[in-house]
Amino acid sequence: MGGAYHCDFGGERHRFGSLAHVMACATPTRSGDALAGLAADSAAQRVAARAVLADLPLRHFLDVALVPYESDEVTRLIIDSHDAIAFAPLSAMTVGDLRDWLLRPETDSVALAQVAPGLIPEMVAAVSKLMRNQDLIIVAQKVRVVTAFRNTIGLAGRLSTRLQPNHPADDPRGIAAAVLDGLIHGVGDAVIGINPATDSVPGALRLIAMLDDLRERYAIPTQTCVLTHVTNSLEIIARGAPVDLVFQSIAGSEAANRGFGIDLAVLRAAHDAALSLGRGTVGQNVMYFETGQGAALSADAHHGIDQQTMEARAYGVARAFDPLLVNTVVGFIGPEYLYDGKEIIRAALEDHFCGKLLGLPMGCDACYTNHAEADQDDMDTLMTLLTVAGCSFLICVPGNDDVMLSYQSLSYHDALALRAMLGVRAAPEFEGWLDAMGLIAPDGSIRALADGAAGLVHRLNGTGIAA
Amino acid sequence: MSDDLPTPAALWDRLRAATPARIALGRVGHAPPLGAVLAFQLDHARARDAVHAPFDAAALAAELAPLPTITVASAAGDRATYLRRPDLGRRLATESAERLAGAKAVHDVAIVIGEGLSATGVQAGAAALVRALVAELNGLSLAPVVIATGARVALGDAIGEALGARVVIMVIGERPGLSVADSLGIYMTYAPRVGRADSERNCISNIHGRGGLTPVRAAATLARLLREALRRGLSGVELKDDAEALPIQPTLIPETPA
Repeated sequence: MGGAYHCDFGGERHRFGSLAHVMACATPTRSGDALAGLAADSAAQRVAARAVLADLPLRHFLDVALVPYESDEVTRLIIDSHDAIAFAPLSAMTVGDLRDWLLRPETDSVALAQVAPGLIPEMVAAVSKLMRNQDLIIVAQKVRVVTAFRNTIGLAGRLSTRLQPNHPADDPRGIAAAVLDGLIHGVGDAVIGINPATDSVPGALRLIAMLDDLRERYAIPTQTCVLTHVTNSLEIIARGAPVDLVFQSIAGSEAANRGFGIDLAVLRAAHDAALSLGRGTVGQNVMYFETGQGAALSADAHHGIDQQTMEARAYGVARAFDPLLVNTVVGFIGPEYLYDGKEIIRAALEDHFCGKLLGLPMGCDACYTNHAEADQDDMDTLMTLLTVAGCSFLICVPGNDDVMLSYQSLSYHDALALRAMLGVRAAPEFEGWLDAMGLIAPDGSIRALADGAAGLVHRLNGTGIAA
Repeated sequence: MSDDLPTPAALWDRLRAATPARIALGRVGHAPPLGAVLAFQLDHARARDAVHAPFDAAALAAELAPLPTITVASAAGDRATYLRRPDLGRRLATESAERLAGAKAVHDVAIVIGEGLSATGVQAGAAALVRALVAELNGLSLAPVVIATGARVALGDAIGEALGARVVIMVIGERPGLSVADSLGIYMTYAPRVGRADSERNCISNIHGRGGLTPVRAAATLARLLREALRRGLSGVELKDDAEALPIQPTLIPETPA
């Protein structure tokens, strides 16, 4: 028997045993798929798989579940929430047709927003495998996803930043010092978000109170978050603490989410609990999710599916909860999954594209570990590409060095460089606050604070920070 | 009013002292000053060198003498393969498995040393740590110390099983950070055999000379865990060391040791 998935390409017949096999073989090279035994056997087979994928009808992804509907609640969520009316304009297209349609100039942000509920993660992952980096950038740039809590994220010409002031011992003064340094670099409008060194309810309560006090004292139009487990956040909300955003790491299968200690029910409960606090002033997007290629494989919960497709399925989870922020922590997982700068950059552009196409406020932690073949030059390339692609927000740590998680990300200075290179500005409410603090120069850039002329430092002086 | 307050420069000095983070670097245009850039690059270079430094198993064996040692290799042939294929780093090379089969006997404890992700750390500190561990064994029988190149943590399961050890203790180089590039970790597994889960191990990490655990303190902690493991016939999440709180360990780093 020939099998449903084959092509004659370059004088050679290529056969693929399943849709999962086509998807995996069509994926650009990455170490995680090789580790899983899913990667194409040859470069030619990879191209042949793309040719097969290009001719598959989009409908095929509604008929053939890559992860079984019966045994996986993520598949059930994706299929049961599929919007057939939104899909109608695309229903006769192949994956290749979708690629062409996305690239047409007349396919604008309105058209893309209309079809988003009709797309499922597997379709979006499939089309991304047919697209070069520049295609992923050009299409993502057209998508507009706007979310809001105390400020508005995702407007045209804007780039928001997460201020990540981690400390190896969760020391409040050390964290406050890193927050202050970030604020004077104009960083922190997406969220001021701490990864706690110790994931406990009492520890998180202490940090949440400290961040909320800081934000209130200076009337900063932004949101704060302690990135603790969702079950901790539920407990913390029950104790009456001032929770702005509920955070959780999520993945693309029920089994992988179980590895994170979560399911869709607990995410629903957390979403409801955070909404009940009514703390947003300009919007009520209250969830913050992190994802990353390889998460499902590392939990042995990938169902024989390539890591990029599993990542797109995580976005299927995210969009059910109207998040304020979603970011891929692209290089954190290490070289076993994304080997070098080239693989990290490609994966980040795929993740940003797939998330945006599915209607998510997609950001990125442009990052790498010390055992990956990558360095800050790769991150300079990636941050520039992502900003051109209209990335909603980027994560920034002092001096590129996260001293708690021991990996490297973008810096406060990198945000300044992006604003200078590409003219992108902070969220309007936050930018207004920076201006009121005397931090915006006449040309719109972030003013450098010389030691003697520090109005803001004087305002912050004599408060808890300087004590 | 402002006479009571510190100057901005004094304030920044206080803030810098509150965190090891690279804050208050200053600006040249939009970039950090060159000194800060080079300091970062040096720390990154040291971490990279720790990952890629060649591992001198013979020198380590000489340092461990008169303890008997056996040198083996994982199935990950070179460094690039090791970094990409954690599954191969958990399996013994064929000839190494045969060599260990020749040393099979009844042992209480087997100690394995692997360079892991920091050959620098293992070369600098593993011998002292192993001597401290041996000093804590108090009459328990010890198999020849195995030096394993290209090892992931779970390679200790295959080695312990091949040697017939009741408990395997794996000493391994941890993933280097910018501030510490030579940290060691210890993983203890009762009844080692291929296929053990990470939840069946006990881990002591952050053993290094820059504010981390000292070898003596780590060995004392391990000795308590070891006696409990032998007494109760298990290791892992059900076995807790209540004697003292260990330093905080980052929980999100996917070292993927298994």
